[in-house]
Amino acid sequence: MSDVRLRLTAIQKSFGATRALKSVSLEIAPGEVHAIIGENGAGKSTLMKILSGAYGADAGTMNLSGVPYLPENPHDARLKGVAMIYQELNLALHLSAQENILLGAESARAGWIDRKTSRERAQAALSQLGHEGLDLDRLAGDFSIAEQQIIEIARALLISPQVLIMDEPTSSLTQADTEKLFATIARLRARGVSIIYISHFLEECRLIADRYTVLKDGETVGSGEMAGASLDHIVTLMTGREVKDLYPRTAHPMGAVVLEVKAVASKPRLRQATLQLRAGEIFGLGGLIGAGRTDLLRAIFGLDDLAAGEVCILGAPTRAVGPKNRWGQGVGFLSENRKEEGLMLNQTITDNLTLTKLGAFGRMGWVNGARQEAVAQRWVGELRVKCRDAGQLIGELSGGNQQKVALARLLEHPARIFLLDEPTRGIDVGSKAQIYQLVSELAAAGKAVVVVSSYLPELLGMCDTIGVMCRGELTAVRPRAEWSETEIMRAATGSAG
Amino acid sequence: MKEISRVMLAKGGPFIGLILVIVLFSIPAETREFFLTYNNFKIIFTQTVIVAIGALGMTMIIVSGGIDLSVGSSIALTSVAGAQLIQRGWAPIPVLLAMVAVGALIGLLNGTAIAGLRMTPFIITLGTLGVARGSAKWMADNQTVNYDSSPINGWMTTADPFGHALPAGVWVALGLAVLTAILLRKTVFGRHVFALGSNEATARLCGIATTRLKVAIYTLAGAFFGLAGLFQLSRLRQGDPTVAVGLELDIIASVIIGGASLSGGVGTILGSMIGALIMAVLRNGSQQMGWPTYFQEIIIGLVIIVAVFLDRLRQGRQA
Repeated sequence: MSDVRLRLTAIQKSFGATRALKSVSLEIAPGEVHAIIGENGAGKSTLMKILSGAYGADAGTMNLSGVPYLPENPHDARLKGVAMIYQELNLALHLSAQENILLGAESARAGWIDRKTSRERAQAALSQLGHEGLDLDRLAGDFSIAEQQIIEIARALLISPQVLIMDEPTSSLTQADTEKLFATIARLRARGVSIIYISHFLEECRLIADRYTVLKDGETVGSGEMAGASLDHIVTLMTGREVKDLYPRTAHPMGAVVLEVKAVASKPRLRQATLQLRAGEIFGLGGLIGAGRTDLLRAIFGLDDLAAGEVCILGAPTRAVGPKNRWGQGVGFLSENRKEEGLMLNQTITDNLTLTKLGAFGRMGWVNGARQEAVAQRWVGELRVKCRDAGQLIGELSGGNQQKVALARLLEHPARIFLLDEPTRGIDVGSKAQIYQLVSELAAAGKAVVVVSSYLPELLGMCDTIGVMCRGELTAVRPRAEWSETEIMRAATGSAG
Repeated sequence: MKEISRVMLAKGGPFIGLILVIVLFSIPAETREFFLTYNNFKIIFTQTVIVAIGALGMTMIIVSGGIDLSVGSSIALTSVAGAQLIQRGWAPIPVLLAMVAVGALIGLLNGTAIAGLRMTPFIITLGTLGVARGSAKWMADNQTVNYDSSPINGWMTTADPFGHALPAGVWVALGLAVLTAILLRKTVFGRHVFALGSNEATARLCGIATTRLKVAIYTLAGAFFGLAGLFQLSRLRQGDPTVAVGLELDIIASVIIGGASLSGGVGTILGSMIGALIMAVLRNGSQQMGWPTYFQEIIIGLVIIVAVFLDRLRQGRQA
């Protein structure tokens, strides 16, 4: 086969006793968009790090356009024609778009920047992407995430890559920006660039990819044409689980109103939101990123000050606000941002799990470490958190397992009202299913749950009531049966009739 | 067993470093006679007291994700205040309490400004560094404050009439180190200090009153700095507004050599104490070797860099 751009054969990689990759093979044609699919821990990141030169493989061969490909480091990989766009963008936010695009590859004469050539090269990279209009002089930090991503892709294009790896490129993009990104990818494909596309969003992979490869436990378990594959088949390959089991529904009768939000507003985004939450109810909050969903949860939880309105918990308006009081009232909050807000990465599972109620593990301000550890160890077992023990630093766990610990904090507290902001973002399908199960059990036990999610099947699959936010306002609240994916998108984009 | 070996690995680094410098200074002919004697270690311990007590407060601050650059100035200011109170005939215990209170007050101001104005600790304490130093000179009229005598002078002397006992300052530092270690490990307050330093957003989200906590941390640390000022006074036997310039850097270095991270959430009292001892042993050994002071400074500077580098290597291997 001569039309193979990149071929990987039986790649292996171990870290100590852990075999991250047992045997991975992969073939990509020029101008092909190839989705790599797998749960967290399946070996995707290790594979990408080998491809982009950050790690060396222990065994196996890599061929790029017919020649052996052995990158020494990411820079070398880039020069050989393999560029990578990371999920966390790597931009110098205080430099201009142009400076960022040319970073490390500046046009210069004897150390002096050649302004004219620089401008031309940056401009050329942008036009390849169909984004000629981007202001090259603006600071990177002033652009939206989607535009920053374009800058980063433009940087990768400077060296005319043969293979472009994109790791979760849409995880923080809105629907509209995702579509624009897909148009950009289509342009690159038309120019013959091979694209390796990694995403947790299977629908997205199906939309954009020509072919797919599924990884499970460090092995290739399947690959094929995207057009002929059903999602159920892919999910089964990934997990060995049928997709219909994803959203369990246990009967949960609804009780009294436990949370009432009356015309709440907060700066800068939340303009107006009113909702009622009953015991045993799962309330879904849909809407685009930036529509004010997180702001609403933060306002309810007292993390942001209210500019107007009132929050009543268990029927009483609460004067005492702030997270400390909310935890005291039995309200728990799960942040959408595990790394920056939700967890203390360089502390243990035990400390993370028990932080809201340390005082309960002893008297007079003392903490009984043994009791604290026992409680954490119990949750680790119950939620099947993959770790050495509860004393392990949480930063060493995978995203899904981190999220389980973050959720266990609310369960242990214990909370009666759960505010969950994107509880399944960036975690593998297995952990997702477990979290759906957990939320369903909570509702069955009479707890009340508010879930923010950008993933429509999830909202429709797990919630009893769905409210959609648009431009800072909670516009429509209806029972789930009255919503469809299209309806939600319409309401979210403000185009509902 | 696994737990023990992990703790050994995490805490062992500074300890191995301490053994290493002690061994190195025991070998040369110039120091062989005197270095490894009880009397010399009594001197080393006594010389460590001020930095060690400062490092107790600094460990709390650094673990909480902060920094305090005003320690040297606080020590000068409290020692001038103490000397003036002795001049007025105050008894030792009231002087002690007053000096601790002055230190705590400076800490309270630092903490309030940092938490209340939401400014970085580096800037605020850089400011108080100047303010406290200037105030000390103003109060002392730009001269040393002398007094006839006070029992306080005996708290740091190594010329012990009973022969073998360590001076009071050493015992105080040791006792406080144990108490502070327990405070940081076993109490809600201590665990909250770690939480604040590890991730302030998480701490807030989990209902920790971060503003109040910061004020408490800087105030308590300030009390330690006031106490360090007392032992500075005891050692000099006069209040000197120009004393302890740059001492905060020695204190920060001790904490860092002891394994704490400047980004917060990591650090131990035991490590910081060993760090302080390493610095004192280096000074003492260099003096006995007859090395000029500039040479000592170079060595200590290099040790800080090497210690932190080795620490990072070890952390990397652990992960």
